[in-house]
Amino acid sequence: MDTFQKTKLQSILDRREVQKWMVIITFSLTPLALLITFTYLPFAKMIEFSFFKMKYLGPRDFIGLENYQDVFTRTDTRAAILNSFYYMGAGVIQLSLALYFATVLSFKVRCGNFFKATLFFPFLVCGIAMGFIFRYFYTRGLVLDSVLALVGFDKEILPFWLGERSINNYSIAATSIWRYMGQSMVLFIGAIQSISPEFYEAAEIDGATRMQQFRYIIFPMLKPIITLNIMLMIKGSFSAFEGPYVITNGMNGTATFVVLMHQLAHEAGKVGLASAMAIVLLLIIIIGTILQKFLYNLLFSEKSGGIL
Amino acid sequence: MRPKTQYALRLCTYLSLALGAFVSLLPLVTVLFASFKTPKEFGFSGALAFPQSWMYLENYSTAWEKAKMMLAFWNTSLILIFTLAGSIITGTMIAYILSRFSFKGRTLLKGAFLMANLIPGVTMQVSTYRIMTSLGLVNSIPGIVMLYTGTDIIAIYIFLQFFESIPHSLDEAAYIDGASYFTIFFRILFPLVKPATVTVLILKGVAVYKEYYLANLYLQSKTRYVTVSTSLYTFTGEYGNQYNYICAGVMITIIPALIAFIFLQRYIYNGIARGAVKE
Repeated sequence: MDTFQKTKLQSILDRREVQKWMVIITFSLTPLALLITFTYLPFAKMIEFSFFKMKYLGPRDFIGLENYQDVFTRTDTRAAILNSFYYMGAGVIQLSLALYFATVLSFKVRCGNFFKATLFFPFLVCGIAMGFIFRYFYTRGLVLDSVLALVGFDKEILPFWLGERSINNYSIAATSIWRYMGQSMVLFIGAIQSISPEFYEAAEIDGATRMQQFRYIIFPMLKPIITLNIMLMIKGSFSAFEGPYVITNGMNGTATFVVLMHQLAHEAGKVGLASAMAIVLLLIIIIGTILQKFLYNLLFSEKSGGIL
Repeated sequence: MRPKTQYALRLCTYLSLALGAFVSLLPLVTVLFASFKTPKEFGFSGALAFPQSWMYLENYSTAWEKAKMMLAFWNTSLILIFTLAGSIITGTMIAYILSRFSFKGRTLLKGAFLMANLIPGVTMQVSTYRIMTSLGLVNSIPGIVMLYTGTDIIAIYIFLQFFESIPHSLDEAAYIDGASYFTIFFRILFPLVKPATVTVLILKGVAVYKEYYLANLYLQSKTRYVTVSTSLYTFTGEYGNQYNYICAGVMITIIPALIAFIFLQRYIYNGIARGAVKE
């Protein structure tokens, strides 16, 4: 290669390098600015806030780890963490029902599309509309009470579904099944459809019943995605928010961790404490995610099924 | 299996489906009934009873007016259009450079975006609120659009997956033919990611339409910046128990979702199936 060619090649490469960096910079500028402003900056600020006794406005006092102590010792925060378990329970039911309906609807059923659509549609309802729908649904003497009366319950002994502390968390957690079951179902249907039809054909030739097809083909193939969803559900139940927020606004002992956090920050003016709560929650979620990766690799290290 | 058990099994299947559909629909259908009842009728007729007339639209017109639905639909449309455009532009741009170039800091950059996926946005609002206030982005449509665009990383994730599935030889060939990286992005790759764009439009569109918490927190002036999802907020006050109006309001927010669902069913299912596998 003579010198002339070399410099020409060099200049092309240089131009390419320059152009590459121009593209990288122009293309990442806006997304990166947004990411920093709305994710990492708030994150850093939240750590800072968590060491202060402060409101949004006015002076603040450095109090060290006192807020963190409060998170673990206040009765309301403890109660809120315990409330997560209602949502975990609801999550288990939600995923089981979703798996059941997904399997049933993956086979040929009459009106399959209608059932799929009705089971899924609640997912599309607006947050606050859901709040009103269930306030109406659970109000004394209205929808739920009437249905229960029809099947023979005595109206007088029915509880106040959203008022009584012994039952109201169940009532609200149940609405999250109503709202999100369809989403999980559609997700599972997608995964079932990605299983090669050859498996079913072979199974049918061998005379396998649907139950057996589920037991020996669908379930093993879906294990990774089910596991993933269980883990996402567990993490999600610690940050359960919208149901209790829009239905009862966290009253009568229905506040979840995030609802309480919102109230402390925006209503009670305890920004420092709320920040400490958020940090604790994020730590739970991050530890959960690391455990999840670990457990997941342990369970499915040899790529099973290739669904994911 | 004997035909009798098979028959029984099939019957059980349909019974369970019917029960599921009933539970799904009951809260919605009873709201629909209530939305057509006069205040007096609401008082004496049971929650499960049909309304006397399906033509009684007084509740709807009252709800439409009280909740400023006209303005709400206008604001929501604006927010949707700009958020969706913003998500697609930023998502494809960042996915393009992350999937196409190797450069110093690439892993860090990618990690920074994917890590953000771990953090539930709702937990960050304690401090985000301060930032939004100091940037003057509270009570501003551009403010909420920026927040929606900048926080949901799912779009970036989906585009990244999609870009990685497009062979690099394609851009290499175009580059040799003299196309710049910008041309390659806009003319060649952007049109190819249409399926991913549809997925993002659906997922993000549904999320933004439904979203209540951030809209309520940052668009505080309910007279000017009301959206479809916050419009019903009006009914928490003086109308708190007037369910015939509330139910009409609820139906008004559900109808657009229902129409979109009927026409875009297949896309919505695909979007959900693709988007929910996050990690």
